[in-house]
Amino acid sequence: MKADPKGVLTGSHNLSGNQACAEGALAAGCRFLGLYPIMPALEVSERFLERAPRVGATFIQMEDEISALAAVLGASWTGKRSMTVTSGPGLSLMMEHLGLGVMLETPCVIIDIQSVGPGLGLPTRAAQGDIMQSRWGSHGDYEIVVFAPSSPQEMFDYVIKAFNLSERYRIPVAVMSDAYLARLQENVVIPPAEEIDIEPRRYFKGETDKYLPFKRDKDFVPPMVKIGDGYRFHVTGLTHDDRGYPIMNEECQEYNVHPLVKKIRDYTDEIIEVQETGIDDAEVVIISYGTTARAALKAMEQARSAGIKVGSLKLATVWPFPEKRIFELAKKVKAFIVPEMNFGQLVFEVERCSIGKANVLFISHGEKGVENIDDILSAIRQTQQMNEVKKCIIELKKGV
Amino acid sequence: MAEIRFAGYGGQGIIRSGIIVGKAASIYDNKHGTMSQSFGPEARGGACSSQLVVSDSKVLYPYITVADILVAMSQAGYDKFEAELGDDGLLIFDEDLVEPKSPHGNIKTFAIPATRFAEQLGKKIVANVVILGFFTAITDVVSYEAMKKAIPDSVPEKAIDLNMKAFEHGYNFGLELLKKQKDPQK
Repeated sequence: MKADPKGVLTGSHNLSGNQACAEGALAAGCRFLGLYPIMPALEVSERFLERAPRVGATFIQMEDEISALAAVLGASWTGKRSMTVTSGPGLSLMMEHLGLGVMLETPCVIIDIQSVGPGLGLPTRAAQGDIMQSRWGSHGDYEIVVFAPSSPQEMFDYVIKAFNLSERYRIPVAVMSDAYLARLQENVVIPPAEEIDIEPRRYFKGETDKYLPFKRDKDFVPPMVKIGDGYRFHVTGLTHDDRGYPIMNEECQEYNVHPLVKKIRDYTDEIIEVQETGIDDAEVVIISYGTTARAALKAMEQARSAGIKVGSLKLATVWPFPEKRIFELAKKVKAFIVPEMNFGQLVFEVERCSIGKANVLFISHGEKGVENIDDILSAIRQTQQMNEVKKCIIELKKGV
Repeated sequence: MAEIRFAGYGGQGIIRSGIIVGKAASIYDNKHGTMSQSFGPEARGGACSSQLVVSDSKVLYPYITVADILVAMSQAGYDKFEAELGDDGLLIFDEDLVEPKSPHGNIKTFAIPATRFAEQLGKKIVANVVILGFFTAITDVVSYEAMKKAIPDSVPEKAIDLNMKAFEHGYNFGLELLKKQKDPQK
């Protein structure tokens, strides 16, 4: 299916990350935005609102973030592509309904413009402190898909991908931006509508009394119907059977919840997206995501011009985590460098996947740190020194 | 590639200046422009700056490493960012608001009473556009034509005329200054 031209503002633009986010959503066919306002996410709704009347989209400001996501889940069941946008404090409140969205297998997109926490922290400054929350924030077992854009253009592209994956797998998908990218203004090229691929929702077409809302297709994903089309069905956050009625036993728990995990884990190869630069001959690989990737690529360029073989692995999707690829690389390279705008979150995943095969160096920096690549460069130098030390030890041993 | 810093205080249109030049470069001059900004929680009066990287190819890194141009509209902004200006850099400042030290390296300085001009034109708020006109004349970052297209896109409709007047005023002042510098006798 191709995009609805009404929502696609084809052309070359100069947009901020937040503006590009709204444009991406409209291009992807998003026609409902439910939110509670918070900095630094406001420009997303501002742009969405400005364009909504002409596109035929609806916007609602709820009384808090808990109900904002509830509104989005409801709108999605009426057949509208729906999203919400928030920042860290709001994301914390949304965790209850994120779990409900997973359990009800409701396609929707959550945009998180990360600012500095915990609590209210620094509401106008950037951080990447919500990355683990985006994976594990809601209770119970589930899998989720999370994107991390590093430029307004990527913001536009990834929001479209997020909507497509949410429809394909019937899950909430998150896009993790930050306060810096929110305001970063850059060229964004919006292609013509016929060049934008849209994943259509899978609908049940049978008789109205034959619909089972959680009867799974081969790939574990059940087809949906629109509320108001005459189908009568039940959905609940309790463990349920194909009919959507609660069944309180372990067999049903396995029957209901295991596929929620399998429908993502069995398809990680289709979902995971990474961008590799200069990996082939690299001795050191910088693993980065989001805004930090800009600094990582610059540091890589400088190190390369100084003759150090550095590569970059940029995660477009943070979750599911690219375990296999990192394990492969760990066997080849000497060290990974993981810069993050937090005190260490994704670095633990890198350590887990490299299983002691490569050194893992973590760099913690705030927004100011991203503006200065010196700490990444000195980490690169440190890995070189570690290699020297290793070489010396090997030679000493030979001598003995 | 040019790395540019606009510095001043909130309310002067510092971020808007970055947006206008970024737009002019990226949409009308077919270059790549990346603008980032930083400000405090206050709406007006707080320290405020925007960084702009303009390049013929895609901008890899959106931050300033060594600034080529500093446009200063407040003393605090000048004091904070003067050091990041490269030895061959260019300093543009509002002469009524900034008192520069003697410059390091071969820095060239260009002064304009932008806020005073803006007041004479009718509204202090267009001082940033006066300085943008001056900027367009002095530097080769963006073309005059591109700026003339980018400004109406970026200001409220009722203020377009005043802004264009402010831009022309700054631009002509810049051209005359350059002429005088080339030919000091006249």
